[in-house]
Amino acid sequence: MIAIPGLGRIPVGALIGLFFTSLFLFAAVFAPWIAPYPGSQIIGGVWEPRSAAHWLGTDNLGRDLLSRMIYGARITVFIAAAATALAFSLGAILGFAAAVVGGWFDTIMSRFVDLLMSIPTLIFGLVVLSVLPSTIPVLIMVMGLLDSTRVYRLSRAVAADINVMDFVEAAKLRGEGRRWIIFREILPNALSPLVSELGLRFIYAVLFLSALSFLGLGVQPPDSDWGGMVRENKEGIVFGIAAALIPAGAIAALAISVNLVADWILTRTTSLKGGRGG
Amino acid sequence: MAGGAEILKLVAQRIALGILLLFAVSVLIFLGTEILPGDVAQSILGQAATPQALENLRRELGLDQPAVVRYFSWLGGVLTGDLGTALSNRLDIATAIGPRLKNTLFLAFWAAVVSVPLAILLGLLAVRYRNGPIDKMISGTALASTSLPEFFIGYVLIYFFAVKLNWFPSFSTVYEGMPFLDRMRAIALPATVLTLVVLAHMMRMTRAAILNIMQSAYIETAELKGLSQFDIIRRHAFPNAIAPIVNVVMLNLAFLVVGVVVVEVIFVYPGMGQYLVDHVARRDVPVVQAVGLIFAAVYIGLNLVADIVAILANPRLRHPR
Repeated sequence: MIAIPGLGRIPVGALIGLFFTSLFLFAAVFAPWIAPYPGSQIIGGVWEPRSAAHWLGTDNLGRDLLSRMIYGARITVFIAAAATALAFSLGAILGFAAAVVGGWFDTIMSRFVDLLMSIPTLIFGLVVLSVLPSTIPVLIMVMGLLDSTRVYRLSRAVAADINVMDFVEAAKLRGEGRRWIIFREILPNALSPLVSELGLRFIYAVLFLSALSFLGLGVQPPDSDWGGMVRENKEGIVFGIAAALIPAGAIAALAISVNLVADWILTRTTSLKGGRGG
Repeated sequence: MAGGAEILKLVAQRIALGILLLFAVSVLIFLGTEILPGDVAQSILGQAATPQALENLRRELGLDQPAVVRYFSWLGGVLTGDLGTALSNRLDIATAIGPRLKNTLFLAFWAAVVSVPLAILLGLLAVRYRNGPIDKMISGTALASTSLPEFFIGYVLIYFFAVKLNWFPSFSTVYEGMPFLDRMRAIALPATVLTLVVLAHMMRMTRAAILNIMQSAYIETAELKGLSQFDIIRRHAFPNAIAPIVNVVMLNLAFLVVGVVVVEVIFVYPGMGQYLVDHVARRDVPVVQAVGLIFAAVYIGLNLVADIVAILANPRLRHPR
């Protein structure tokens, strides 16, 4: 239970972060209703400047940039959120299980995660994507699996601490099974550090996806996330056309605002520690 | 020093572990291109491929042999410097990589030369004026710059410094025998992006490492026995700070190796990253495996150096358990 009393006490940074995060989320959810034009329809000349009809101008093929930004928000946020969700469920369950079960399971899992983390994520992602097709489910799977290693390490460390506490001992003595221990004893108590990690992992997923799409190996045309839009419009930069900077800036704005919100939640939950939070 | 042999043993163990890890990673990279629905030949040629073409490619890739055999023949080749031939243009991979590796190292070297001293200096400043405006500003920009994608920084720099002001070229073309100054001018912008990407992180970690040492009991003791600020730093703080700082630097150099991939694509710089990305798009598996392994090896190597320096410089690590 996370209560947010006294809305007036939110720091300015967090307010800005909340504003932009909700703006992007709103754009992502309601894209078809708020976008002025269809995302992939050519409606004007190439790289038209900003005008009343096209607030952000048009892109490299003459599509409305604002509409593509709005649809791009949808794809970017959806894939990043799905990958984060996968990373969290997988990483947390395996991490908790490793801490509770211990023994050979813990050793094998932990060494394998060490091995995966010894290769830079982007490089291993590229190696795998050289043979897999860059479809959205594949991207979500690859990003989620690679990122679950970090969640695994955190959850295992947190769960190992909780696992030796008295109430877990009591539950074990009562004869509860492992499933009960993991979901009813450890999970509720590990939630607060995991939630603050959630924001960071989401940012990481957004940046990872954007990098892949920018390299041409992420979301494939005609769909485009923001990283892909940077790629589409990058040739214009040399002619002084700043269209590519708009999606690039949007990625930066999304990452910074989620960061600000996550920071604020982190300080709030740590200041609540020792009270009756959770 | 009595622990000399002990340290040597620890370092040797760490190196052995690094080599073992490298082999495990080579297996992982090999498997990463193996575990697939269908096989590599199918995904290279696409659905429309004729059975004959598939058959030919399979034979050429050695796919008619079991994976274990292929792995060991690949590994044997890598260990003797033979990285195989590229599928897309039939060129020897090792010869193609040579000049590109040199270009990438050149870029990474200059980015490191600028960013490492700068980060340590700013980290020290942040500790010296802790909680002051300088410290706050440094922490703020650090938060922002970890959220900025490389291509945002890159294209903003190109837009202003290459297109609007025309100070630098927007494409970092370099060629064999290019005069040194021209070469430096070509890599100025990409090196700046790399510097900005690692700077914030390195600065923050340096700050934390030094702060950690400045708050320890022996620094307080030194203060209380009346040593001057200079002597405290020279005799007590600095020797203990070397290990964490070198560790920070190495970890960030490893980070820089990865950042180089995206930065090279932004600036169309003829290095390893560009080479890797081009061949991933062409599904040229032998090239991807070779370049992926080189990147992973550099990354693991830098982490290894960080650990060894930590062992050498930290007396507590000399006696584990």
